[in-house]
Amino acid sequence: MNLLWIAFSIIGAVLGLLLSAKAQDQVMMIHGMIFAAASVFAAYALISRHYRAAPTPVEGPGGIVYNTEIVRYGVVASTFWGVVGFLVGVVIAFQLAFPVLNLDLPWTSFGRLRPLHTSAVIFAFGGNILLTTSFHVVQRTSRARLAGDLSPWFVFWGYQLFIVLAATGYVLGATQGKEYAEPEWYVDLWLTVVWVVYLLVFLGTLWKRQEKHIYVANWFYLAFIVTIAMLHIVNNLSMPVSVFGIKSYSLFSGVQDALTQWWYGHNAVGFFLTAGFLAIMYYFVPKRAERPVYSYRLSIIHFWALIFLYIWAGPHHLHYTALPDWSQTLGMTFSIMLWMPSWGGMINGLMTLSGAWDKLRTDPVIRFLVTSVAFYGMSTFEGPLMSVKAVNALSHYTDWTIGHVHSGALGWVAYVSFGALYFLVPVVWNRKSLYSDKLVSLHFWVSTIGILLYITAMWVSGILQGLMWRAYDSFGFLEYSFSETVEAMHPFYVIRALGGVLFLIGSLIMAYNLWRTARGDVRSTEVGALNLNPEFAAGR
Amino acid sequence: MSFQEVSQFAQTYGLVYLVVLFLIVVAYALWPKNKDKFDKAAHIPLEEDK
Amino acid sequence: MISHKVIEKNSILMLVLTLLVVSIGGLVEIVPLFYLESTIEKVKGVRPYSPLELAGRNIYIREGCYNCHSQMVRPLRDEAERYGHYSLAAESMYDHPFQWGSKRTGPDLARLGGRYSDEWHTTHMRNPRDVVPESVMPSYPWLEKNELKVPDIAADLIANRRVGVPYTDEMIEQAAADLKTQVNPDADDVDGLLARYPKAQVRDFDGNPERLSELDALIAYLQMLGTLVDFKSYDPEQGQR
Repeated sequence: MNLLWIAFSIIGAVLGLLLSAKAQDQVMMIHGMIFAAASVFAAYALISRHYRAAPTPVEGPGGIVYNTEIVRYGVVASTFWGVVGFLVGVVIAFQLAFPVLNLDLPWTSFGRLRPLHTSAVIFAFGGNILLTTSFHVVQRTSRARLAGDLSPWFVFWGYQLFIVLAATGYVLGATQGKEYAEPEWYVDLWLTVVWVVYLLVFLGTLWKRQEKHIYVANWFYLAFIVTIAMLHIVNNLSMPVSVFGIKSYSLFSGVQDALTQWWYGHNAVGFFLTAGFLAIMYYFVPKRAERPVYSYRLSIIHFWALIFLYIWAGPHHLHYTALPDWSQTLGMTFSIMLWMPSWGGMINGLMTLSGAWDKLRTDPVIRFLVTSVAFYGMSTFEGPLMSVKAVNALSHYTDWTIGHVHSGALGWVAYVSFGALYFLVPVVWNRKSLYSDKLVSLHFWVSTIGILLYITAMWVSGILQGLMWRAYDSFGFLEYSFSETVEAMHPFYVIRALGGVLFLIGSLIMAYNLWRTARGDVRSTEVGALNLNPEFAAGR
Repeated sequence: MSFQEVSQFAQTYGLVYLVVLFLIVVAYALWPKNKDKFDKAAHIPLEEDK
Repeated sequence: MISHKVIEKNSILMLVLTLLVVSIGGLVEIVPLFYLESTIEKVKGVRPYSPLELAGRNIYIREGCYNCHSQMVRPLRDEAERYGHYSLAAESMYDHPFQWGSKRTGPDLARLGGRYSDEWHTTHMRNPRDVVPESVMPSYPWLEKNELKVPDIAADLIANRRVGVPYTDEMIEQAAADLKTQVNPDADDVDGLLARYPKAQVRDFDGNPERLSELDALIAYLQMLGTLVDFKSYDPEQGQR
């Protein structure tokens, strides 16, 4: 098996060099080199692993030898990409307030950095969180070690390579021009390979399980993996101009391309940022609260209703466009129905705490998790509202959408991820507790104020902008020129950027706290007052 | 296909299909016989060391 | 205990059921668009992009203009007055990919063509605040400095033809020449270019006739946006949305 992997990496290196040598453009040349370098590293790591003594297996709870090393790597990668993604977000937020910060350079202009921000937070931060937690959760709830020896590592490092190729591509001007699906054709192909192996590792672990029932979190993970595969492949179908060049033309055009893109785009929200993170909620909230989920029956209904309804909602991104009316109405109807399963999930998450509400006071990690579920409820209320055509006529194309996305992304996705990270680090590094609970609390308040500044600024600027665009003066003429509306946004863009700074600071506090925890430190002023990790075993 | 035809389809067969699907899921979730199974399943994350 | 085989089947069953459930919505919504008359009908005047316009469009995509500019005028009163006639499906039928956008940090560009002079665009790209003081758009000074580099424009046309754009053999043969002809009104085959791409605008766009820059291509693209359909003779009854 090992030999096969070594052969693959050598083929990869040759392929990379070949692409680089025959490249028609600079980006392909650089990407060929990166691919070759990554393959050489892989070959080196595989060979040196062969000559190293196998580590002594460490038994986890229940006497099972879990693969905790990959979860540790995943925690580090998630934290790193989180900070990077938030940082780029802060930079582009300031660029919108002060355009001089674009620096008049191609590599730092907003149009190239914005995809870098969205991909860094969604795919690099969110994606790594999903990989990491799914590897942890599927092992624990199956009572089985992760399937495969090297395959999980291929998934992990292959995914990081995907991120590096995508990110460097954006900065150098390689993009398909479809939002959240910007990586060019060859990067998409690479991700497809990685994703298929991911699915097999996940399924393989389920097949080995010693637990009769597949726990609900794994349903959500499975739906996330399978649906993202389908969406990714269909939306990225394209015709490369040359195999040695980056440029490709998408298979679909115009209306068809638009609907395919938003079918993809909306379900990236639905299955990447919702289903995947609901899986996190269904494992980590009960785990941290030490109580079973409020209603397992509700979680089953929640699951099927959510995945069924979500897939239809895409057309609400195209209200009043050249898309046929019936399609827009269908998208709107399903979006409104989606409110019900979403709130079913929220109630299920929140009520898990019933009888243990005092933990909100004593455990800042629970506070993160519960607040995330509350934000989930809020954004899934706002979303259906914005999908109503009459509301959308005002909100579309404005900052209101940006505010909505960030209440979900910062409040729900990032908060539930932070909660999971704070839970995971003591568990996978086998530490008695976090380094500091007070720093968790500080992180919580700093970033919560950041989120509130961010979303309120965007609500006001979005609605203001929408109203200014459609305002008429007493003579029946449009009252404001477009540039006047841009000028009116300035103060809100500054406030938004400051909110982003607070959120970034919060994530740095977290990174520090996690690093000290992993090292095994305990803050001297908090000894004896920390929430303990029940899984801590002194002998390990 | 026109808006008329699609909405007619959605309001008849589409509606029936949706309702039936939903009822199957609800029936599965609420079936008395399944209660024990689900109660046990809910405890899976909490019994890792047993 | 259930045997191993049945357990395996369960996770596969779950996978298949999930796939079934999630594919219905996409199928019902997307597939009809390939057959509906309103989404595939042609409107008079709409034609494939000329090689220079296509190269300009690729620069538009490369710089991520779609992050801040839409190309989709909605049928709302204020939009009609601000931007012009609402966008037709046919107008983006050769757009691989579509560039409708989702955010208007800057104004809609669907009908930008002919609104401003080439000089305005050149100045605006060099520094937007020279012509619009309130603008928050980045400056793009490198566009006029970079020579337009397309490894093989004919290959771009061929790739487009493979995904359904009706480029003829003649268009593909002449692609490399057409790319240069469009910035040079004194070139030999201007008439041929205009026959292949009616309404194509032939002139030097960036104020520097010495070279074919990326800015030439971009402005050629921006100046043709929304100009192909003649809305004075367009009959909305015939060409439904």
